[in-house]
Amino acid sequence: MTPSVRKPRIIKNSVRTRLIVFGILAALLVIASLLSDHLTPFDPYLQDLGNAKAAPSQQHIFGTDRYGRDMLSRVIVGSRTSIFSTLLLVAIITVIGTVIGVFCGWHGKVIDTVLMRVSDMFLAFPGLVFALAVAGVLGGGLHNAIFALAAISWPKYARIARSQTLAQKETPYLRAARLSGSGTVKILAKHVLPNIIGPILVTSMLDIGTMMMELAGLSFLGLGAKPPIAEWGSMMSENRALFTTVPWITLAPGLAIFISVMIFNLLGDTVRDWADPRTRGR
Amino acid sequence: MPMQPILKVENLTKVFKSNGRPDFTAVDHIGFELMPGECLGLIGESGSGKSTVANLITRLTDMSEGRVLLDGRDITRLSGSALREAYRQMQMVFQTPTESFDPRHTLGDGIGESLRNFGACRAEVKKRVAALLTQCGLPAEFADRYPHQVSGGQCQRAAIARAIAIEPRLLICDEATSALDVTIQKEVIALLGRLREAMHLSILFICHDIALVQQFCDRVMVMYKGKIVEEGVPDEVIRNPKNDYTKRLIESIL
Repeated sequence: MTPSVRKPRIIKNSVRTRLIVFGILAALLVIASLLSDHLTPFDPYLQDLGNAKAAPSQQHIFGTDRYGRDMLSRVIVGSRTSIFSTLLLVAIITVIGTVIGVFCGWHGKVIDTVLMRVSDMFLAFPGLVFALAVAGVLGGGLHNAIFALAAISWPKYARIARSQTLAQKETPYLRAARLSGSGTVKILAKHVLPNIIGPILVTSMLDIGTMMMELAGLSFLGLGAKPPIAEWGSMMSENRALFTTVPWITLAPGLAIFISVMIFNLLGDTVRDWADPRTRGR
Repeated sequence: MPMQPILKVENLTKVFKSNGRPDFTAVDHIGFELMPGECLGLIGESGSGKSTVANLITRLTDMSEGRVLLDGRDITRLSGSALREAYRQMQMVFQTPTESFDPRHTLGDGIGESLRNFGACRAEVKKRVAALLTQCGLPAEFADRYPHQVSGGQCQRAAIARAIAIEPRLLICDEATSALDVTIQKEVIALLGRLREAMHLSILFICHDIALVQQFCDRVMVMYKGKIVEEGVPDEVIRNPKNDYTKRLIESIL
């Protein structure tokens, strides 16, 4: 018998495949929330008190809540508020944080010190307490919840953007670009931003899950979306008193949060692996 | 009429200040002139301030004191578009070829950047870039390559192509051959020599290799601890060094 070299056969969980799978899942989630009005089997705001607190059945897969509203329809409609306010929030903090960070890193001097101390202050402040304070001053509501979370979350991005910009500033290619007669704006847009945007985008992808939880948490505390607007966090909060008798009306939105947070987290992880040239080929 | 120097440096000084530590004078009141068509070598050990001199002359670092005159014009306080205008006259080749190109742009993009900034149209730039690459001994297709796809020597040729794209009169080579192996070094030096002839370039050649300077430069300055300690024709400086540091430098090689 001839000796044979055994080749390891491992099913490769390649980054590209993962990126495609999670990308499609996330896209489906967003598309579903966009089309949510057309996907609901019942009117999510239609009360049917005769059929309140109905257990899951063929007609109402997730059952009905205490006003007899179909839970499945409410979860589907709630996705729009939950997912879009999260995406909006993440977009806001990414842009604001990046702009401030790049400005600080590039400009330096006093403005850098002042803005970074301000960001330290926000980093040291507990987010929920700040949100409570904002709600106390401006009143509850989804807009104020987004505002409060945005005010507290931008420093992380500013830090990343600043350190990346500082590292870029000393590279020979930036000096070469300057010698080629490119102005500051052109250098920032053409050379600095494309080179620092990777880690920032990855952070924001990973933050989608966290921010979704935070928004749901604020809504759960009654500081976010107001009833009767369907939002996952507030839906859980509305019905938590009934958890022992009719658990499904709390579980349905909970499950929705769990699944979407997981999808966005996995997508964020995958994007991070993909953006890093050292792990991309694996 | 006596010829005007293309580059005149007066009293150039750079002091690095840092909190808690004493100030460090990297460049200490140096002055020199570079005549049109001349090749001036600047040698010295690591940390002697050679590269800082290059960064000060090109205004990439702010100087603490002194004046730089480019073709008789004081560029010490220029900024913005006036400084960019000065860069038409003066370009630089960096020590690390691969890192002197943006990893996210093609070599052609980098070489054409100055041409675009100074008003050439897209088609023109493409044609010029191809011609420049050929002139520097690279195939024109290299315009579409990324810096990590080519070797160090090829990248340095592209960097030279970038530097000569807007036809400057002064070329500063900051250790342009240090990162290359000996055979490639020879080729790059030959290329610089050819370009110098063809374009009447004046070159400030910063290097730590005294043999290379002897072979390539008309005149050499020896820098030690931020000061120029000796100056002269390379052969004479090597045969008959006057300064203690120069003696040690030459002994260490021969």
